[in-house]
Amino acid sequence: MTKRIYVDNAATTKVAPEVVEAMLPYFTENFGNPSSIYAEGREAKKAIERAREQVATAIGADPKEIYFTGSGSEADNWALRSTAKALSSKGNHIITSAVEHHAILHTCQDLEKQGYEVTYLPVDKYGMVSPEDVKAAIKDTTILISIMFANNEIGTIMPIAEIGEIAKNAGIVFHTDAVQAVGNVHIDVNEMNIDMLSLTAHKFHGPKGSGALFVRNGVRLISFITGGAQERMRRAGTENVPGIVGLGKAIELATANIDQKQKKLTALRDAYIKKVLETIPYSHLNGHPTKRLPGNANISFEFIEGEGMLLSLDMKGISASSGSACTSGSLDPSHVLLAIGLKHEEAHGSLRVSFGEDNTMEDVNYIADSLKEIVERLRMMSPLYEEMLKNK
Amino acid sequence: MYSEKVMDHFTNPRNVGEIEDANAVGQVGNPKCGDIMKIYMKINDDTKVIEDVKFKTFGCGAAIATSSMATELVKGKTIDEALELTNQAVAEALDGLPPIKMHCSNLAEEAVHAAIINYYENKGIDASHLKSCTGDCCCCSHSDDHNE
Ligand SMILES: Cc1ncc(COP(=O)(O)O)c(C=O)c1O
Repeated sequence: MTKRIYVDNAATTKVAPEVVEAMLPYFTENFGNPSSIYAEGREAKKAIERAREQVATAIGADPKEIYFTGSGSEADNWALRSTAKALSSKGNHIITSAVEHHAILHTCQDLEKQGYEVTYLPVDKYGMVSPEDVKAAIKDTTILISIMFANNEIGTIMPIAEIGEIAKNAGIVFHTDAVQAVGNVHIDVNEMNIDMLSLTAHKFHGPKGSGALFVRNGVRLISFITGGAQERMRRAGTENVPGIVGLGKAIELATANIDQKQKKLTALRDAYIKKVLETIPYSHLNGHPTKRLPGNANISFEFIEGEGMLLSLDMKGISASSGSACTSGSLDPSHVLLAIGLKHEEAHGSLRVSFGEDNTMEDVNYIADSLKEIVERLRMMSPLYEEMLKNK
Repeated sequence: MYSEKVMDHFTNPRNVGEIEDANAVGQVGNPKCGDIMKIYMKINDDTKVIEDVKFKTFGCGAAIATSSMATELVKGKTIDEALELTNQAVAEALDGLPPIKMHCSNLAEEAVHAAIINYYENKGIDASHLKSCTGDCCCCSHSDDHNE
């Protein structure tokens, strides 16, 4: 097999060797049930509590405010469904944005069916939610604001601290889906007035199927799964001890070198964006030029469709992602790209490259050069390109 | 997810391009849905044989592969033979398509039809009986079978 270049770190990341090492003993020698009172159980319990501290430290929270979940999607579902139910006597209005992950959007749609009212705030051409819009959308009945920290497709980093302050002043619970942000940007739940925060280990070199929800002391959290007394009776089920240990170790590593990572990935990202926009005509950057995740570059190539690009890149050993409908299993292209005002055909022709620490400048050049060739080939086959040339 | 045949036709599509003096041109699809297929034919007025055929397609790997296969299947055939081309035949010739991509083979069938209708219209011959679908997945009943 040829060398693979993995640039889909927004989809998932490789588990760090230190994380695997930390997890391994919890499959074998320390296999005990954390609810058991004997030595093996106590050892497992201790490991969970250590991980809880690691997660809390990473976001400036108290360990008692961390609840482990089975994924980022679960954390999102829990935050929204719990808060909606807990505060239903106070109101039924939820504010979110049009560019959230489906874990938020589909949950909101479900809550609408149950009688809740949801405002989906629009975004500007960079995919940014305006704090003024949040403020203006607040009503007497508003019980929850949920705005993502950073967008998974176009990388735009939202004005979370400003929105947090608005929510605090209005006395409304503020949740943020920080799945893409953790390990990439500094997060402090107190400074930013965040009441609830979702995260997941596999986006920062931890294992899949291991997430967490931060819930500020004093914010009510309703049991999500009933049964045993795990997670302070909020989420029953024998804990995924190795997964939780892996999450703890991964978040510790990821937040220890944010500055270094930001510097490295921003350099790769900006070099890639510059080279691609300069060498491939009719290409446009999606998302904010600077307020974006350090590794994220999302570019639309006019007149071609994304899946063809992905297949061709794959043949050259490159793994990336697209907002095209053909790759999402639905008819419509990415809701995020449509929300920032792209035409359907532009959204179909988008390519997301998300760099990780294993990537090099050499990779950047190889991807950009390959892409130029691929885009040219697909355009030669495109009736839209032909039409544009004729009308020129 | 794609068969080797599909990947072969995507990587090395047959009959890509335009025909300058085509006497039949058809275009179906909609950029909104993410696929458009344009087909050019050179039809012999006496024998009604499709002597040359070329295509251009905006779309996913399956759309490009089905376009390529459809042009191969109709090249050298008469108009009447070409009109019998079905989307199943195109898909089978490619060793199958994932269910969600079946609409791409509709597109190829419809593009062939559209070109032949255009040929008749250019000749002033009424071909309205051949009109079926525009291949526009956004307004056509075909959308039902690929909406999951
Ligand atoms: C912004 C965002 N939220 C939620 C999720 C879901 O996380 P998980 O895959 O752990 O369910 C993802 C990742 O897929 C994401 O990017």
